[in-house]
Amino acid sequence: MKDGILRVVNLGVKVGGKKVLENVNLYIKKGDTIALFGPNGSGKSTLMNALIGDPRYEVSDGRIFFKGEDITNKETDYRVRMGMGIAFQTPPAINGVKLIDVLKKIAEIRGISEDKIYEYAEYLNMTDFLNRDINKGFSGGEVKRSELLQLLVMNPDFAMLDEPDSGVDLENIALIGEAIKKLLQRDLPKKEREKSGIIITHTGNILDYVDADYGLILYKGRIACIGNPYDILEEVRKNGYEGCVKKCLREFKNLNQ
Amino acid sequence: MSERIQEPESIDRKKLESVGIELDRRRRSATFVQVDQDVKAASSFFEGVEIMSVRDALEKYDWVEDYFWKAVDREKDDYTREAATDFNGYFIRAKEGAKIQIPVEACLYLRTKGLKQKVHNIIIAEEGSELNVITGCTSHPGVISGMHIGISEFFVKKDAKLTFTMIHSWESDIEVRPRSGIIVEDNGIFISNYVLMSPVKTVQMYPVAYLNGENSRAIFSSIIVGLENSYIDVGSRAVLNGEKSSAEIVSRTISKGGRIIARGNLTGNAPDVKGHLECRGLMLSENGSIVAIPELEARYPNIELSHEAAIGKIAEEEIFYLMARGFSRDEATAAIIRGFLDLEVKGIPPVLKAEIDKAIRRVEKEIL
Repeated sequence: MKDGILRVVNLGVKVGGKKVLENVNLYIKKGDTIALFGPNGSGKSTLMNALIGDPRYEVSDGRIFFKGEDITNKETDYRVRMGMGIAFQTPPAINGVKLIDVLKKIAEIRGISEDKIYEYAEYLNMTDFLNRDINKGFSGGEVKRSELLQLLVMNPDFAMLDEPDSGVDLENIALIGEAIKKLLQRDLPKKEREKSGIIITHTGNILDYVDADYGLILYKGRIACIGNPYDILEEVRKNGYEGCVKKCLREFKNLNQ
Repeated sequence: MSERIQEPESIDRKKLESVGIELDRRRRSATFVQVDQDVKAASSFFEGVEIMSVRDALEKYDWVEDYFWKAVDREKDDYTREAATDFNGYFIRAKEGAKIQIPVEACLYLRTKGLKQKVHNIIIAEEGSELNVITGCTSHPGVISGMHIGISEFFVKKDAKLTFTMIHSWESDIEVRPRSGIIVEDNGIFISNYVLMSPVKTVQMYPVAYLNGENSRAIFSSIIVGLENSYIDVGSRAVLNGEKSSAEIVSRTISKGGRIIARGNLTGNAPDVKGHLECRGLMLSENGSIVAIPELEARYPNIELSHEAAIGKIAEEEIFYLMARGFSRDEATAAIIRGFLDLEVKGIPPVLKAEIDKAIRRVEKEIL
C-alpha cells in the first residue's frame, strides 16, 4: 500500500473569529485524487486555504501533516517548497508583477528548467499573457489557465484546485481537463501515480475529463459524506446537498453525532 | 587625451554614481558639472549640442537673455526672486534638426555645508531636434545642511522632443526648491522623469508645462520615496493651451515615515485637448502620510480630462498569493514594491530607461 501524503486531524478553522470548519479529518494517499463537493459557504475554499497556510485562516484546532511532517504552523512558502500547490478560484491582480516573473520564481524553487514555462504556456494558449501584469484584466477563463499554468510549471506532489471549471467556456474546458489530468497523472496506470490532489467542483463538469478516486461532501463545516464521486454527484443533482447528506448520514451512522 | 573628464577633486564619485552621473564621455553626449556656485566642467562631444554655463551663454549670445523668465515667473516667490540676482547654472541647446539619443549630463553638486546653491538653467530643443538630458543633483557626504534653488526653463520648439530625467539624492537636512517651466510648441513633446530618493529634509516643486502648440504633448512621471523626517510637496501641472494638445501625469509615491503631498493639475483651455492624471501611493509605515491632490480644470467645452488616485498599503492578499508560488514574505514584498514602482515610460531611449531602473533599484534597497 502506498503511503499517505496528507493527513488532517480534527481540524478546526476560524475566519475573522468565526468558526468555519470543525473536526475535519482527512487522509489522502499518494496517487489519489479526491473531488470535494458542498454548497456555497460550506467551507471548501477555507479548507484549501488552511492547508496552504493563508494567515487569514486561523487554525484553532487540530493538526495538518504533509509527507509525515507537522506543517500546521509553517509559512506558506515552506509548504510550497515541500511540494504543495494551489490554483485559486479568484487570485488577486498585482500591478507591475508579470506572470513570467512569477513563473520564473516557481521554476527556480522547484528546480525546473525555464524551457518548461514556454512549453506549458503554449500548451495552455497563455504565451501572450506572459509579459502582462499577473491576473490584471484577465477574463475568468484566462485566470483559470494562468493558475493552471503556474501549477504545471510547479509540478507539485499535492495539488489543490479550487473550482478550475467555473466560468470556463466549452472550448477551454477540455483543454483545462486535459491539463489537470496530466498534472495529477490520471493518464498513468493507478499504481504508477505519484501525484495527489483535491479538486473542488460545483458542477462536476471537470469530472468528465479527470476522474477522481473518491468524493467528499463538506456540509456546514464538516465532512458529511464519502463515496464514489459520480454517485455523489448524481445524488446531489437529484436530491440536492441536503438530501444527499441526509442519506449519507443514515448510511454512515458513526458520522451522525 | 584622457577619455575622462577632469574631475574636480572635491567631488565624491560614489555619490555622483548614485544619481546616475556618468563621467565616461563615451556614454554621454555632453557634460556639465557645477559644484556649489562654480562651474567645473562644461564640454560637448557632439556637433549638434551646445553646453556651457548660463553665464557664458549670456555673454556669447545676446538672445539668451530673451529666454530668461519666460517659462517661470521671476516674481513667483521668494526663491525665484533670490535666484534672480546671484546665480549660475547650465545652458543646453540642441541645434535645429539635431537628434541626440545619447544623454547630455548635467550635475549639480552641493559641496559646502550651509551654502545656498542657486542655479538658473536654460534648456532649448530647437526645431526638429531630439535631446535627452539627465541631471543628478546631490550633495557631498556629510554636507548635511544647505539649500538648493534651481530655476529651469525649457523650450521645446516645433517638432522637437525633449526628455528630461532628474534624479535627486540629498542628505538629511537639505532643502530643495526647484522652479521649472516648460514651453512646448507645435508637435513638440516634453517628457519628464523624476526620481527622488534618500532622506532630504524638504523638497517643494511644481513644474508647469505650457502646451501652447497644436498637437503638443507632455508626459510627467515621478517616483517619490519619503523617508522619516522628510517633507515632500511635489506635483506636475500641464496647461493645455494648444489645440489637440495632450498630457499625462503619473506618480508613484511611497511613504516610509515621510510626509508626502502628491499634486497634479491638468488645465484644458483649448478644443480637443486630452489629459490623464494618475497618483498612486503606498504606505509602508505607521508614521508618515501621503496626500494626493489631483486637480482637473476645464475652461473649454470640447475637452477630455480624467484622473485616478489611490493610496493603500501592500495588500496581505497579494503577499500571500506570491508566497503560495514559493516567494518568501520578504521576496513577495520586494516584488510588489518593484511592481508598484515600475512605470513604463514610453518613448525614452534604452540608456535612459537603464538609468532610471538603476535609481529604482537603489530606492528599493533603501525602503526594504
